[in-house]
Amino acid sequence: MAVLDMRDVSLTYHPAEGPVPAVRGVNLSVNAGEVVGVAGESGCGKSTLISTVLRLYPKSATVDGEVLIDGENVFDMKWNRMRAVRWGEAAVVFQGALHSLNPIQRIGKQLVEPILVHDKGATEASAMKKVQGLLEQVGLPARHANAYPHQLSGGQKQRIMIALALTCDPKVLLCDEPTTALDVMVQAQILDLLKSIAVERSMGMLIISHDLSVLSTNCDRIAIMYAGQVVEQGPALDLFQHPAHPYTRALMGAFPTIGDGESRYAPSGLPGDPPFPGDLPSGCSFHPRCPIATDECTTAHVVLEPVAPGRDAACIHVNQGVGAP
Amino acid sequence: MSSAAESVEEAAETVVEVDDLTVTFEGREGGTARAVDGVNLAMRKGEIIAMVGESGCGKTTLARTILGLEKPAAGRVLSHGEPLQYGGRALKAYRKNIQLVLQDPTGSLNPRHSVYEAVAEGPRTHGMDDETGRVSRALSMAGLRPPERFYLRYPHELSGGQRQRVVIAGALALDPDVIIADEPVSSLDASVRGEILALMLKLREDLGLTLLVVTHDLGLAWNIADRIVVMYLGRVVEQGPTEEVLNNPQHPYTRALLSVVPEMHGTEQIVLTGETPDPTKIPNGCRFHPRCQEVRNGVAEKAGVLEACTSISPAILSAQIPVGAAELGHDAACHLVTPPPTA
Repeated sequence: MAVLDMRDVSLTYHPAEGPVPAVRGVNLSVNAGEVVGVAGESGCGKSTLISTVLRLYPKSATVDGEVLIDGENVFDMKWNRMRAVRWGEAAVVFQGALHSLNPIQRIGKQLVEPILVHDKGATEASAMKKVQGLLEQVGLPARHANAYPHQLSGGQKQRIMIALALTCDPKVLLCDEPTTALDVMVQAQILDLLKSIAVERSMGMLIISHDLSVLSTNCDRIAIMYAGQVVEQGPALDLFQHPAHPYTRALMGAFPTIGDGESRYAPSGLPGDPPFPGDLPSGCSFHPRCPIATDECTTAHVVLEPVAPGRDAACIHVNQGVGAP
Repeated sequence: MSSAAESVEEAAETVVEVDDLTVTFEGREGGTARAVDGVNLAMRKGEIIAMVGESGCGKTTLARTILGLEKPAAGRVLSHGEPLQYGGRALKAYRKNIQLVLQDPTGSLNPRHSVYEAVAEGPRTHGMDDETGRVSRALSMAGLRPPERFYLRYPHELSGGQRQRVVIAGALALDPDVIIADEPVSSLDASVRGEILALMLKLREDLGLTLLVVTHDLGLAWNIADRIVVMYLGRVVEQGPTEEVLNNPQHPYTRALLSVVPEMHGTEQIVLTGETPDPTKIPNGCRFHPRCQEVRNGVAEKAGVLEACTSISPAILSAQIPVGAAELGHDAACHLVTPPPTA
């Protein structure tokens, strides 16, 4: 069953220059024990999407649709309930986590704090015991509770950030670029860890990244976002091996297959920049950069439609069978 | 030796050479960190080299030493065969010819300087003539066309890819021979990444630039590099032509790095435990042995080299023979590849 269910979620920012629809009608669900990845370029709305789950967006922003955590709509929650849900029901591993730890406080103290705030029955001693167990679960020796952040490496700090998010046993874990600043080998270690935590704890996990290749190995399903909308989604490996949407194809092409002669001395990219959400192109938002765009794309209303079992794409050409997997 | 020297001249001129280089720092908790610990490297005109390794492997220190920003504890940096002079004027002239492009273009640009100011800064510092012409040509070569349209824009008005192009234009404005790029695309979006890599290939083609790209990204190496140098804990552990190293990796560390490239579906992942050790405490024997999968899974023991792995350091790899020469080497510093003298 879905522990996180986003139904037709939209979010619009309202700066002085006029409304900016950053997320437009996203449907996405995450089941218990499942890892779902969201990939897209900067400005595609993926971080804004995560902010809707715990209502971490600015007060001036307007939202629409429903975000259900375990069946309960976040947008309807009273303030007290919202505070309990944050960390207790859903927690975030933030981007740039390596700088989020307090440099002058021992790791253990920082991890104990949310437990004491959220669980009125907890004592310092019981909370510390739990923290030591969590450290071991994220692959660190329990004695690291006595360490200061500067004594740890980047990979170890990222493990601490994951332990911190797990302190109140949330049902949903949201990870914003969890491996961006890390080395490849450490990146692989962290992604393995996240996957095993999701399975062991039967948690729903949503990972967002600008790097599609990071998501391919350890996610069950992947959604691709462009200009505030999901343009393609499906099982990770399937989507990775047979991308349907021209945007997904371009993203995939950016990471060559080593050993493939065609990509040798031939890096592939996608010309142009993503549109500013406050000034979107008509029709399909991707059409100005799309290699297969036709006149029809400048006016067409594109929606996600099934292209294969479990697979959806928002492209009139794919849905008409052109370039389908 | 004389025949090797001849073939160097035939194949390509060596622009920058690093000769048995060691760079040390005082460790945080005492001791000496050997960040670069015996490296040989020759960069030839028009060559693109990818230097690959994890953080702490010494790749950034090596790049900084080549730029003259760090002084070696032992060994030398040579430019066109001449040892690098660390005096003011000579060093300034050298640095004009060898430019650095950093990972994060937002961090390398002053937010209050216009694009014109950013690109003109180098030529001004070096007192070069025809400033406007230089800025215009550099922007245009970096793919920002027409250049005049970008003169008065500020970094925040540009996309990530455009910012990185401005940084590259700033380097090009000095007519360098060599550009060292430290993770030039790792902070950029996937769609922009290919564009910047294509630009690097084009600059090599049009200007004969020599590029040393410091990266952890083996896909990048496959996309643009002629040759790969893999570093681990201050040493080169494997080097050779890109196709050779990536299609037929010899060193266990290279194989592990390659196995965790997310695109390599179907190959079994070798996820090494732990992280690169502290360079103040370099392990005895082969510096990779405490993390080596071949030591852990018994392959080294079966091959009869386990004792060597833990006690004898593999020989330092020598600088490679020229590009274009048929015998361009592919070698690895591993007892399993080259058995130690005692075995």
